Amino acid sequence: MPARAPETGAGRGGVFRRLGLVLMLAGLSAVVTLGALNPGSRDRAQIEPQTLAPPRFATTIRRPEPPAGASAGLDERGRQVSIACMVCHSTRTPNARNATMADLDEFHQGMHVAHGGLTCLSCHNADDYGALRLAGGARIEFADVQTLCAQCHAKIVRSYDHGAHGGMTGYWDLNRGGRVRNGCLDCHDPHAPAFPQMIPTFKPIDRFLEPAHG
Amino acid sequence: MAERRTSLPVLSRRTALKGAGAALGIGAFGVSISPLTKAIGELTLSDLLQKHYKELTDDERGRVLARFEAQAKDDLGVEVSIDDPKPIPGVKFVYAINLSVCNGNGKCVEACHKENNHDRASKQSYIRVLELPRGSTDLEGADSTYTHAVPAKDKYYLPVQCQQCDNPPCVKACPVEATWKEDDGIVVVDYSWCIGCRYCEAACPYHARRFNWQEPTIPPEEVNPDQGYLSNRIRPQGVVEKCHYCLHRTRKGRLPACLEACPTGARVFGNILDPESEIRWVLENKRVFFLKEELGTQPAFFYFFDD
Repeated sequence: MPARAPETGAGRGGVFRRLGLVLMLAGLSAVVTLGALNPGSRDRAQIEPQTLAPPRFATTIRRPEPPAGASAGLDERGRQVSIACMVCHSTRTPNARNATMADLDEFHQGMHVAHGGLTCLSCHNADDYGALRLAGGARIEFADVQTLCAQCHAKIVRSYDHGAHGGMTGYWDLNRGGRVRNGCLDCHDPHAPAFPQMIPTFKPIDRFLEPAHG
Repeated sequence: MAERRTSLPVLSRRTALKGAGAALGIGAFGVSISPLTKAIGELTLSDLLQKHYKELTDDERGRVLARFEAQAKDDLGVEVSIDDPKPIPGVKFVYAINLSVCNGNGKCVEACHKENNHDRASKQSYIRVLELPRGSTDLEGADSTYTHAVPAKDKYYLPVQCQQCDNPPCVKACPVEATWKEDDGIVVVDYSWCIGCRYCEAACPYHARRFNWQEPTIPPEEVNPDQGYLSNRIRPQGVVEKCHYCLHRTRKGRLPACLEACPTGARVFGNILDPESEIRWVLENKRVFFLKEELGTQPAFFYFFDD
């Protein structure tokens, strides 16, 4: 009710005081409006919710299917035949002494293995060949193989978890769309994980590389 | 003397020479401007009168985009959509490549070629992958034409494209302001304003700019219809172009085409102003460098190693 106060004052003084108050209020509201329109403060208001709120779209990591089975050679028409793991492994006793392919006298022979000093049962689960096994003995599904890889490759996993290792497609801005990331096995053969050599297929033709007086 | 003057015919020697001179002059002028008329022959009046990108009103820009779409339809019979996405407030794009992982296979080069509607004949691309002896950073000793299996023994690979410098020498060299730096850090070219003098190409220390020596040719079925005014719309002959971080994709939140194509996952892209972004983690935690630091170009493009 302060606007009523000047009414008690007499004559011109009261009018001027009332005018002054109106001007002051107008000035205040102008300052408030200008502040809201200030582009700097508006930008900040736009950035903060983007970075602080959880992203609206998900990152999907591709997970491997369980292997179809071992190769059992070719049939009479020349087609590959594979046998599900449990066909043989449900009836056979695992032999922990078989460390490499060279130790086997049937199946899995000739498979290229180059993964440090790992043996078959370093990763495969002798209790259930439909799954894998962590170093501590815990069972782990094929789909969750990255946890198994992470046991040894911690530095790579740290990079991977921060988006600095492994290919991806989709959106950099997860507020506008999702992202699909390669899992370990999309690029690395678990039995021979070194990335293979490639032949470059595409080369731009640089003008300066043409023969000068051709 | 007076008699001779009166007996002269209507055509005096002086008049005849004037006439001959004028005819010769007109003829010479015609011949001299004939290449110009030939060049203008392919341009419409609207092409010639188009304003600088920054001076276009929204209405005018809409008409320009519609005109380019109609031209693509006329020339190639392809329905294309030409957009003009603006920088996103609060976003500055930065790229980084993991040199411990890059194996020089060149899939990024090919992806750029296809995504950006490059000339098929010259196999143009904004990316050049350099093969260098391990331990050397002497770019003059680099080879970009290798065809053997990669990675070769004792070599490493350095993909080079526009570094989107914060202090870009190319922008300073342009005499007509046809190239400039946008708010999200991307250095762009208005292909309709470029006069093709190639000063920018000479000024770039990364050899990142390309010149369209010929009218770019692309089979209609291979044209990427998702286009941007400042990015991958089909360029005319005689203009300079360069990597624009796929702004027709990235300004809509998508990853650049070269990143998606990389089979080794060597490329990291994102918003450096977002503290949670992948690119920030790389810059804060990896051994990072940029090319030709001593020139003071301040690139928005980094290289790093895992170990």
